[in-house]
Amino acid sequence: MTRIFVPADSAARSVGADEVVAALAALLPDATIVRNGSRGLLWLEPLVEIETADGRIAYGPIQPADVPGLARALGGDGSHPRRLGSIDDHPWLASQERLTFARVGVIDPLDRDDFTAHGGLAGLRASLGMDGGEVVAAVTASGLRGRGGAGFPAGLKWDTVRKAEGPRKFVCVNADEGDSGTFADRMLMEGDPFTLLEGMTIAGLAVGAAEGLVYVRSEYPDAIATLQRAIDIARDAGWLGADVLGSGRPFDVMVRVGAGSYVCGEETAMLESLEGKRGVVRAKPPLPAISGLFGLPTLISNVLTIAAVPFVLERGPEAYAAFGTGRSLGTQVFQLGGNVRQGGIVETGFGITLADLVHGYGAGTLSGRPVRAVQVGGPLGSYLPADALDVPMDYEALAAAGGMLGHGGVVVFDDTVDMAEQARFAMEFCAEESCGKCTPCRIGSTRGVEVIDRILAGDHPEANRILLIDLCEVMRDGSLCAMGGLTPQPVLSAIERFGEDFDRSGHDDR
Amino acid sequence: MSRAVAPWSIEAAQRVLAQVDEPGPVLVALQSLQSQFGYVHADAVALVAERLNVSRADVYGVLTFYSDLRTTPAAEVEVRICLGEACQAVGARALLADAREQLAPDDDVSRVFCMGNCALGPTAVVNGRLLGRASVASVRAAVDGRPT
Repeated sequence: MTRIFVPADSAARSVGADEVVAALAALLPDATIVRNGSRGLLWLEPLVEIETADGRIAYGPIQPADVPGLARALGGDGSHPRRLGSIDDHPWLASQERLTFARVGVIDPLDRDDFTAHGGLAGLRASLGMDGGEVVAAVTASGLRGRGGAGFPAGLKWDTVRKAEGPRKFVCVNADEGDSGTFADRMLMEGDPFTLLEGMTIAGLAVGAAEGLVYVRSEYPDAIATLQRAIDIARDAGWLGADVLGSGRPFDVMVRVGAGSYVCGEETAMLESLEGKRGVVRAKPPLPAISGLFGLPTLISNVLTIAAVPFVLERGPEAYAAFGTGRSLGTQVFQLGGNVRQGGIVETGFGITLADLVHGYGAGTLSGRPVRAVQVGGPLGSYLPADALDVPMDYEALAAAGGMLGHGGVVVFDDTVDMAEQARFAMEFCAEESCGKCTPCRIGSTRGVEVIDRILAGDHPEANRILLIDLCEVMRDGSLCAMGGLTPQPVLSAIERFGEDFDRSGHDDR
Repeated sequence: MSRAVAPWSIEAAQRVLAQVDEPGPVLVALQSLQSQFGYVHADAVALVAERLNVSRADVYGVLTFYSDLRTTPAAEVEVRICLGEACQAVGARALLADAREQLAPDDDVSRVFCMGNCALGPTAVVNGRLLGRASVASVRAAVDGRPT
């Protein structure tokens, strides 16, 4: 019985994967159709894979109208204009270093036997033979840093929570992946949710927490549903619950759903939201590691950070630290989006250049026009001009180049982009999403929109440009969290590197 | 996505709130009410405050902070166009403008920021259904329930 894989990933579904499945099921009633995650070659979705003696042979993109021809091809020698050959040998995939995403797109996300057959639970089992301090030491030695944006050493945070005193402790995973251009958390939760649960369990047992919460944004209904089902399955299997894998130690996970607020991706706003309140940022200190959810010690971690942990425990910290460069060790799950021909997931060691991502993996723009700007690290990240893409993608090198890695999102723009509009949007977005607690962010963002409008209207443009830069400094230095503190990055980078877009005098009569 | 919702009543709301059993429950309570009735009725503020022993101001604050929570019933047709930067890079601003102009006046067309479909933009959500590489034509087809 032939096995056919068609992703249930929401990106694949957005371009017709469900309709392809319906067409395949009607024409090939004897085939078993597995809804896997996406391999991350998103421009090829819906990507259909057929299990053969020569491995999984991929066809893509396949639309419902292509299915009759595909069915005929499968009945014959398999040749088809959309045939891509063995997916594992596809150069886009074969050249990557997939540690965190090793199983995404390969397995049935909710088949626990498939998960364990592909190495699942090995990290957790290894950790059960160690005491908490040893697990923390392994995470520290791996060099793993927080993938949410700040790049804080994970082991140091784990150690702080482990040593914190409290009647209860929590592990809170931040899956409020609101940065435009990022979708790796979503794809992992949809494509390999057990890995996230495994990483959380390792973390919880190591730091002494019995309760885990995953805060998932409401824009991700498929991820929420998949994760919820994975939790139920893991409980039934004894992977979660009062007696994790027969260890006698408890750990359980619950999902909490966000309600449409970008700032709730900031860790303290997320804690407020988890407590059921308005998502207003807290002042730090106290650190959440000491006084977090309900005032108790809380390990807050990004999805990708936690999902890297099973590999570290299974293969050892040295194996993880063998990837990457300098102080940015391991792999980063880069996400290529925007105006890019080949968008998707590129997991590889830190140090790959932005040019390799944009021009190599990305193959340039979707429109075919020249690349003009690349925004790295989400809506709060800088815009880099096309001639500055030789920067290596690691925390320090990118910071030195005036950029920010953020959550690893890379958004490509072609030469039709109006960078003054993008700068204005950054301020507008901040005004819309600011939690309102601190003045520079709450008021500065609205003033920022107004000042940019005046510059573009030709109203004392030079004086207003200086005012805008001054405003950006106040927001950067005076805001309570990264929302107001980093909004100046896209604005200032647009002014500094694309200043000509702010001068409307030559081609605008306003 | 099913859009069937129950008609609002105090008794039905109390049954929903009786099920809420989580730490930090105000947001969860409001989300539960919205999923049951499609919106959060003005009278629910006092009910939630009473049931959870918090002030009405606290409940109202949460209700008005989160953009998902609504205080009036949803339109028959809800179209969301993503205006995240990745979708802007492939024409989302024009798509939003065109959709507002070309869809029926009763259709609720608004913007959202990022659906996590950044490699296949522009992205639209029509009554809960995610559309990649969206166009006004594909949005309209989804509104009409036709294959896109």
